[in-house]
Amino acid sequence: MSPRDTLQTMENTTVTVADEQDELVEDELLVEEISIDGMCGVY
Amino acid sequence: MAVERLVEQLKHGLDAPICLTWELTYACNLACVHCLSSSGRRDPRELTTAEAKAVLDELHDLQVFYINIGGGEPTIRRDFFEIVEHSISRDIGVKFSTNGAFITDDAARRLAAMDYLDIQISLDGLDAATNDAVRGDGSYATARRAMDRLASAGFGPFKISIVVTRHNVDQLDGFEALADSYGAQLRVTRLRPSGRGADSWHDLHPTNDQQMQIYRWLLNHPNVLTGDSFFHLNALGEPLPGLNMCGAGRVVCLIDPIGEVYACPFVIHDEFHAGSVRDPGGFTKVWRESELFTELRHPQSAGACASCGSYDACQGGCMAAKFFVGLPLDGPDPECVNGHGAEALATIDRAKNPRPADDHSKPSPVTFTRKAVSSSLSAS
Amino acid sequence: MTVALDASMELHPQVALRPEPFGALAYHYGNRRLVFLKSPDVLAVVRALGRHPTVADALSACGVEERRWPAFVAALDSLENSEVVRGR
Repeated sequence: MSPRDTLQTMENTTVTVADEQDELVEDELLVEEISIDGMCGVY
Repeated sequence: MAVERLVEQLKHGLDAPICLTWELTYACNLACVHCLSSSGRRDPRELTTAEAKAVLDELHDLQVFYINIGGGEPTIRRDFFEIVEHSISRDIGVKFSTNGAFITDDAARRLAAMDYLDIQISLDGLDAATNDAVRGDGSYATARRAMDRLASAGFGPFKISIVVTRHNVDQLDGFEALADSYGAQLRVTRLRPSGRGADSWHDLHPTNDQQMQIYRWLLNHPNVLTGDSFFHLNALGEPLPGLNMCGAGRVVCLIDPIGEVYACPFVIHDEFHAGSVRDPGGFTKVWRESELFTELRHPQSAGACASCGSYDACQGGCMAAKFFVGLPLDGPDPECVNGHGAEALATIDRAKNPRPADDHSKPSPVTFTRKAVSSSLSAS
Repeated sequence: MTVALDASMELHPQVALRPEPFGALAYHYGNRRLVFLKSPDVLAVVRALGRHPTVADALSACGVEERRWPAFVAALDSLENSEVVRGR
């Protein structure tokens, strides 16, 4: 791959990763509390 | 990569259960009509104390934080305290479920002195008439006495666990008041047609209108525990608190008194049998490699529910509910809030329904007597 | 009260962490609360808290981009409410 191609690929990759991390940031909270009683299939 | 919804990830299963149910014995002093484990008589093949401790050692290595002990009546086992103390010593918190018969004042004091231990007293009615119709004569008094003793011993908050039936659904506010009076936590759970429950399910399960009543009540009482057992009601609207998924074989399972591993305590049947803790590789190998659990951790298809808009919310309901009333697993729950289950049930020949492989019931179990309940209702 | 970036924090001593593919489970033996940490980054930060003077230091040490710090602070808030982490 030529240096220019590599650079282009790196830029594309950076943009893609940032989008995905935006999803992570915006989508939902990073932690979630579920009661230890909140699992079905237990007495 | 984008974070898959947590629940979708959990459906693929984990390397270890998050928590699990362990029935210590099939022996029981009661003979409740709806007993999910068809308990009564001890099984001679019961795990020994040493075997039980070895299971706990495995659970410690798997970093299982918390187990739910039941039965039968777990306190009947002579090594009950030894097993519970070993669990706690191995960093596994314990909640045990009991009818209270053996919670003497001494036992209550001993339990009050223990840390990382929770207790759940079973009760199915606000008075002896309602409760004892399902759990047998004297069982209401026994449960209340156990609660009083725990309170006197300074145990702190225990749990009161109700199985909701057609005959106690109007008592939910009363149960809450009862729990409040003890500083206890109320737990309200779904009746499944499992074990002896198969025989009485058609008479005991809530009606459609009552299901709506239960759903609305739970939404208004988010602090009431449910064991996540009402996720089939999420098709009615706003989801109830909890994971809202079937945990069987994915994040929870059952170890039975003779060491057999099932997907959950409501499916004690060959169809949902994963293996034995006595097999080479023990519980760990069963959890991680059994055919059944591998199958359950595969994406499940909606089957006959695919065309129904509610499937994402209810996920087709509960396997146990479907299986023991003779409905196919890839179709509606018998209590489907859209009525699809009732339709399907109409065509079922009950005589052909699955029966548990082993029935540990005593020869003359309690049969549900409408008479007892209707006489209490006419008095009020 | 929101967790401050210059706060010193630590994992609560009664909490066990169990790494998972999605991140981790956190269980508090005292209050029986169970929390799902939904990314390995969050697990790393929670573990790092006790080893660094401040929350900001822990976030930097774990390579969390500053753009994402608000989300992590929100997570630590929630974890503090659950008593999974605490000030030290």
